[in-house]
Amino acid sequence: MSTVAALILFTAVTVYAVFGGADFGAGFWDLVAGGAKRGERPREVIDHSIAPVWEANHVWLIFSFVLLWTCFPKAYASITLTLFVPLTIAALGIVLRGASFAFRKAVFRTRDQRNFGAAFALSSVLVPFCLGTVVGSIASGRVPSGGEAGDPWSSWLNPTSVVIGVLAVCGSAYLAAFFLVSDARRLGDDTMVAYFRRRATTAAVVAAVVALAGIFVLSNDATYLFDGLTSKALPLVILSAVSGVGALLLIRQPTRPGARLAAVVAVASVVVAWGVAQWDYLLPKTLTVSQAAAPSGTIQAVLVATVLAAVLIVPSFVLLYVLDQKTLLPEEGMPEPEAIELPDITRGHGQPS
Amino acid sequence: MMPVAVLIPALASVDPVPWARSQMAFTLGFHIILVPLGVSWAAMTLIANYRAIKHDDHDALLLAQRWSKYMAVTFAVGAVTGTVLSFEFGLLWPKFMGQWGGAFGVPFAFEGIFFFTEAIFISIYIFGWQRLKPWTHFWTGVPIAVAGILGSVSVVAANAWMNTPEGVTLDASGNVIDVDPMQVIFNSAMPLMSAHMVVAAYLVGGFMVSSVYAVGMLRGRRDRYHRLGFLIGFTVAAIATPVQMGVGDALARWVFTEQPAKFAAIEMVPETSSDVPEVLFGHLNSSGEVVGGIAIPGLASILSDPKKGTSTEIQGLNTIPADDRPTNANVNVTHFAWDIMIGLGTLLFLLSLWYWASWLFRRDMPKSRWFLRCAAASGVLSVITLEAGWTVSEVGRQPWIVYEKMKVEDAATANTGVWVTFIVVLLLYAGLGVTTILVLRGMSRRYRSRDGFEEADSPYGPNKPVDLDQDQDQDQVPAP
Repeated sequence: MSTVAALILFTAVTVYAVFGGADFGAGFWDLVAGGAKRGERPREVIDHSIAPVWEANHVWLIFSFVLLWTCFPKAYASITLTLFVPLTIAALGIVLRGASFAFRKAVFRTRDQRNFGAAFALSSVLVPFCLGTVVGSIASGRVPSGGEAGDPWSSWLNPTSVVIGVLAVCGSAYLAAFFLVSDARRLGDDTMVAYFRRRATTAAVVAAVVALAGIFVLSNDATYLFDGLTSKALPLVILSAVSGVGALLLIRQPTRPGARLAAVVAVASVVVAWGVAQWDYLLPKTLTVSQAAAPSGTIQAVLVATVLAAVLIVPSFVLLYVLDQKTLLPEEGMPEPEAIELPDITRGHGQPS
Repeated sequence: MMPVAVLIPALASVDPVPWARSQMAFTLGFHIILVPLGVSWAAMTLIANYRAIKHDDHDALLLAQRWSKYMAVTFAVGAVTGTVLSFEFGLLWPKFMGQWGGAFGVPFAFEGIFFFTEAIFISIYIFGWQRLKPWTHFWTGVPIAVAGILGSVSVVAANAWMNTPEGVTLDASGNVIDVDPMQVIFNSAMPLMSAHMVVAAYLVGGFMVSSVYAVGMLRGRRDRYHRLGFLIGFTVAAIATPVQMGVGDALARWVFTEQPAKFAAIEMVPETSSDVPEVLFGHLNSSGEVVGGIAIPGLASILSDPKKGTSTEIQGLNTIPADDRPTNANVNVTHFAWDIMIGLGTLLFLLSLWYWASWLFRRDMPKSRWFLRCAAASGVLSVITLEAGWTVSEVGRQPWIVYEKMKVEDAATANTGVWVTFIVVLLLYAGLGVTTILVLRGMSRRYRSRDGFEEADSPYGPNKPVDLDQDQDQDQVPAP
C-alpha cells in the first residue's frame, strides 16, 4: 500500500514539475524580455498566460509536501534537516514571487511594476534552481536518513545538484515557451507566436545540452542514479528524447498541433524516470518506500483523500483550464473607467484597474 | 570589538530552539491575519454579488467586483505565506514531523483538497466577471466560501491534535505504529477549536472590511456605496460576535475540564484551590506568586462552573510535575493574552449590541460619529483579539508540542543557522506587510479618484468582444 502512496506522491511531483514549472519558466521569459518598452508585449502575454492558473498550479507543491510528510514522515524529516538552506531559499523565493506577481498586477506606475516584475522574475529562476538542487541531493544519495543531518552546504552545492538545478530552470523555460506559443496563438498575436517559437527552439537546444552534460556528471557523481537511468528507466529517457525532438519539429509547423503536448511528455518523462531510477528508495540508498511509510491507517486516509481529490479537483481543474483556454477568464474584475486626475499613473502594461 | 575567532564559533553554536520558536510564531502570526480575509471575504463578496444580481444594485456590484480584486492580492499573499509554513514544519521541527507526521499530516491531506478548490475557484471567480453569465459566475464563487471554512477546520484539526493527540498507538520505544485517522481528525479538542476559528474568521474579516468603510464615512464619504460596504461587513461581524461569545465560553469550559494545565496558565493559578479570584492582568513573580492586577474575588471559580459557584476547585500549576510545567514567562504571556482577548472581545460584543439595538429601535444603523469611530477601530482591535486568542492556544500548550508526548525543545532542528533565517524572514515579511497595505491602499485611492465618473453601464460586461475595444484597454485582446 505504501507503493500506491509513493505513486501518488510522484504523480503530484510530476504534475507540479509540469504546470508549476511552466509558470516558473514564464517568469524566466519575463526576466529576459528586456526593457519596459521592448518587453511590454511579451510580458502582457506572460501575464495573461499564468495569472488565472498559477495559484491553483502552486497548490501541487503544497500537496506534494503534505503527501510526503504524511505518508513518509521520516523521509520528510531527513530532507528538511539536511537541505535546510536550499529549502529555506526556495520558501522565501516563493513568497517573493507570488506576492510580487500579485502586486505587479495591482500597481500602475511603471517604476513599481518594474520593481515587482524584477522580484517576480528573479525569484522565478531562483526557486526552480533550489528545488532542482534538492532533487539532485536526494537522487545522488546525499540525504542521510535516521535523524542525522548531511552536510548543510555540500549536500546541495555539488555537481549533481547544480546540474539538476540548472536543468530545472532550463526545463521550466522550455515548457513555458511552448505554453506561451499556444497562448499567443490563442490571442491571435502572430508576432508573439514567432517570438516565443524562437525561444522555445533555443530553450529546447539548451535544455538538451544541459541534459547531456548532466548524464556525464551523473555517471561520475551519482552512479546509482545513472545506473537506474540507463537500465530500468531507459525507456523513459528515450521517450523524453523522442518527445523533445518531436516537439521541436512540431513547433516549427504552425498548422500541426501537439507541440505543447510533446514538450510536456518530454519533461514529465524525465521526472518519472528519476522516480523509476531510484525506485524503491525514497532516499537512495538508505531509506526505502516501505521503510519510510507511515502506519497503514494514515495511508488509507490519504488514499481516501486522493480519491476525493480525483472526484472533486480534477473536474475543477478541467473547468479552470477550459474556461481559460476559451478566453472566458480575460482579466480580474471589470475594467474601470479611466481616471483623469492621476499624475502618477503612467500607462505601462497591465490592465486598467 | 569581538575577535572573529570567538564570534564565529559563538554564532555556530547558537541554540536554534528559541529562534525556531520565534520564526514559527512570527510567520504564523503573520499568516493568521490573512486567514479571516481568505475565509470570510469571499462570503461577503457573494452577499454583495447576490444583491447586485437580485436587485440590479450597481453599488453592490461595484463592491463585489472591487472586493474580488482586493481578494486577489490578499489571497496570493495568504497562499505564499501558507506555503512557507508547510516548509517550516520540516525545516524548524524535523523531529516533530519525523515522529508524528503520519498522524499530524492526516487532516492536511484533506486540507489539500480544500485548498485546491479554493485556489481554482477563486481564479475562476476573479477572472470570470466579464464573460460568464451573472448567476453562473455567482455560483463559481460559492465553492471558495465553502472550501475556506472546511480548509480552516482541517488546519485547526491538526493544531487541535497537538493539544489532544488521540488516535495513535505507540510501541515501547515511542514510535507510532498505528494511526486511526478518524480519531486523529475528530480529536476531542477539534470541534470547539475549529468552530472558534471559523467564527473568528467571520468576526475578524467582517470588522476588518467594515472598518475601512467606517473610516471613509468619517471622512465624509457618506454615499450609498460606502454605507453598503460598511453594512455587509459589519452585519457579518455583528452576527459572528455573539456566536463567538458562546463558542469561546464552551471552549474555555472544555479547557477547564480537559486541559487543566492550560487552564491554570490562563487563570494564573499557582496552587490548586477553590474560590479563585479572577485576576485582571497582573503577573507571576520569580517565586511563582501572583502580583499586581485587579482581583475580582471568586469570579474565576464561578465562571469555570457556575453551578458550583465559588466552591469550584481550579487545579493549580503546582500539580504539574516541575519538568513539565510551563515557565512563569509562558504563564504570564498566556494570562496576559487571555485578558486581552476577553477584554477586546467584550468591547466588540458591546459594539455589536449597539448596532443591533439601533436597528431594533431606530430601524437604521447608529448615526453617531462615536459609533463610526469605534467601528473604524474595530478592524485593528479584532486582529489583536485574534492574535491574543491564538497566543493563548499556542503558548498555553507549552512546554509541549504534542501534549504530554513530545516537548518543543525535543522537536526542533539542529541547524544552528535558524537565527539567520529568522532575521531574513523578519525583514522579508516586514516588507511584505507594508507593501501589501500600500498596494491595497493604492487600489482604493485609484477607485476613489474614479468615483464621480460614470461607471460602466452594463453591470455584467459585454459578451461581445467588439465592446472590449471600446474601453481602449490595451490589455484586452479581442477574442478569436
